[in-house]
Amino acid sequence: MRFTIKNGILLPSNTIEDSRPISQIPALPQPPLNQDYHFNGNLQQLLTGKQLLLNDIPFPLNEIQSHYENGYVTYRHGIIYKGKQPACARCGNKDQQWFAYYPCARCGETCLYCRQCIMMGRISGCTPLIGWNGPVPDTIHPEKISQWQGTLSKGQSEASNRVVGAIQENKELLVWAVCGAGKTEVLFAGIEAALAAKKRICIATPRTDVVLELTPRLKAAFPEITVASLYGGSEDRHLYAPLTIATTHQLLRFYHAFDALILDEVDAFPYTVEESLQHAAIQARNPASAMIYLTATPNEKWQRECRSGKRAFTTIPARFHRHPLPVPEFIWCGNWQKRLQKNRMPVNVLRWINERIQANKQALVFFPHISLMETALPILRQFAQTIEAVHAEDPDRKEKVQKMRAKEIPLLLTTTILERGVTFPNIDVAVIGAEDTIFTESALVQIAGRAGRSKDHPKGKITFFHYGKTDEMLKAKRQIIEMNREGLKRGLLDC
Amino acid sequence: MHLFPQDRCLICHEIIHPAIGWGALFSQEKEHFICPKCDGRFEKIDGEACRICNRPFHSLDGKFRDGNLCHDCYRWEEEPEWQGFLDKNNSLFLYNDFLKEVIAKFKFRGDYVLAKVFAPFFKDELARIAPDFLVPIPLSRERLVERGFNQAAALLIASGYPTTELLTRIHSEKQSKKSRSERIHLPQVFKVEPNISLEGKKVVLVDDIYTTGSTLRHAAKLLKEAGAASIQSLTIAR
Repeated sequence: MRFTIKNGILLPSNTIEDSRPISQIPALPQPPLNQDYHFNGNLQQLLTGKQLLLNDIPFPLNEIQSHYENGYVTYRHGIIYKGKQPACARCGNKDQQWFAYYPCARCGETCLYCRQCIMMGRISGCTPLIGWNGPVPDTIHPEKISQWQGTLSKGQSEASNRVVGAIQENKELLVWAVCGAGKTEVLFAGIEAALAAKKRICIATPRTDVVLELTPRLKAAFPEITVASLYGGSEDRHLYAPLTIATTHQLLRFYHAFDALILDEVDAFPYTVEESLQHAAIQARNPASAMIYLTATPNEKWQRECRSGKRAFTTIPARFHRHPLPVPEFIWCGNWQKRLQKNRMPVNVLRWINERIQANKQALVFFPHISLMETALPILRQFAQTIEAVHAEDPDRKEKVQKMRAKEIPLLLTTTILERGVTFPNIDVAVIGAEDTIFTESALVQIAGRAGRSKDHPKGKITFFHYGKTDEMLKAKRQIIEMNREGLKRGLLDC
Repeated sequence: MHLFPQDRCLICHEIIHPAIGWGALFSQEKEHFICPKCDGRFEKIDGEACRICNRPFHSLDGKFRDGNLCHDCYRWEEEPEWQGFLDKNNSLFLYNDFLKEVIAKFKFRGDYVLAKVFAPFFKDELARIAPDFLVPIPLSRERLVERGFNQAAALLIASGYPTTELLTRIHSEKQSKKSRSERIHLPQVFKVEPNISLEGKKVVLVDDIYTTGSTLRHAAKLLKEAGAASIQSLTIAR
């Protein structure tokens, strides 16, 4: 869009001569708030704490412009130039290779656009990011906010108190909870405290399935609170809610929105790989706000910061069912890849698998690469024809996981795609080729965390078959033993 | 700063490793826009196909075939008011799930630079057809402003061919929401630019996808009635 400045106000313009694309207007004036103006409540609901494109807003331009002229709507640059260097204001992209140009029908010029966040709508040199500057919508909460009836374990309630404290004081806190500790319940008291203080709170997680799973649980715990559930294509896009559950990608649409932001699985893809998501998380928070990080496996840097006292953290070292975490066993299996090329597999691996099939014990078997897994599948099917394999691009992924749950599959081969999130009650776990670089400390801890999840079957066997131990394997084992020791010391285990 | 920027795939953004060999050493290196993996996911249209719309017969049930025409084209050609306007459609690839994603990103998300992916194929086709006029199927003014560019024109610009805006759109409704019969019995959606002589000219219409062929046939009818000698069309997907 092209704008011109008249009387200290930005005006959209279609005449080329006296106007410029918004990115070429260095300082964007913001008119003062006109208290007497009757603003549109729906626009307020939609725009509070957001940064949207014109195409995302189902109101005509002249209405948006009129709110701007009365100080209620803000226009910000979509692309920010530092000298000649462009940056995307929404996703923070500065990499030349993620920008491209097109002849733009809106501004009539060759317009630069960001390719990195284009799935959320295109931001180009003539795109204004539209936000809200007026009053925040009123929210009236019932007297009793939380209806959650459950109880917390001792470890959980210690962590829960820390979360409440951090939210009240706008601090950062890392909650380092082992797989199966019950992270979600630890948040309830903190969410209640935030809502009671009329704070806007958001839980962001990397994956849509987690959003879908969390939404009903939170709606049940906070039945009278409006909950917005956001993921690609969700219906709550226009909803203003004091409690938001979103995929990390959806944070790109928020700007200075949340007084408390809870980031789930901070160590997981894509949050760690895509800098744009880290940028989004920072932008979505209010400058004064609380940030809670949740993970079972913080990376090395964060672990170091925890140990040296630079990062506020709390641990839940034991599972909800008060049994220790199963510790992985290392077994050397020789050059298994070479054997696989000859359509054979190490004898001890075959024996491990045969024992599970004979004993009718379900198992997950992790492989570092799809191709190796697919070579192994026909060899392993000699034990049971119903053995299946699953990977990220498998169209039948969901069905196979479902079948595993229904115990129709005795053994499921998988890549790291099932390393986290999925829970089967009573399984053993093996990793074939644990020395591969894809199996980092955190991946191995997560994989080990698949076993012994239910209180009826708290013990599961975890075996890492390897062709040479790696540091990552040793660190993973050490982390698990360390957590068990701490759990014992703090009286969180029965044994 | 990248001192030695590496080519990255326009679709998946992975680094493209150049093939090293005598050919690469002695001939001028072609610019690489996509990686071999993405390239392999496009399905070229080849083998026996419908004489008019280029629909491949190998994946088509025999009962939808009438001689060298598919049943759809046969029905169009049966009606005297539609007979013989579109001489031939040329399409590059089958509209598989992968291509669907790429075209959606190009057209609906507005990732203009993806036109480059198809440009080498468009160049080859256009060199073979050698038309007098290349006409992108126009968007309504309102849709053009919404998207920021016309995807058909973008394909031609990326291929280095000039476009001739012979058509303008008079209707603005979305095609993709309509059924086949609604599309066919629509009143004319285009009008022709009156100041260019089409007498005896070979015209190629350009669009992103050939679905029912109704848009292209409406345009072809107008242009033939305005004097054009032959009308072909060129699309990415069929």
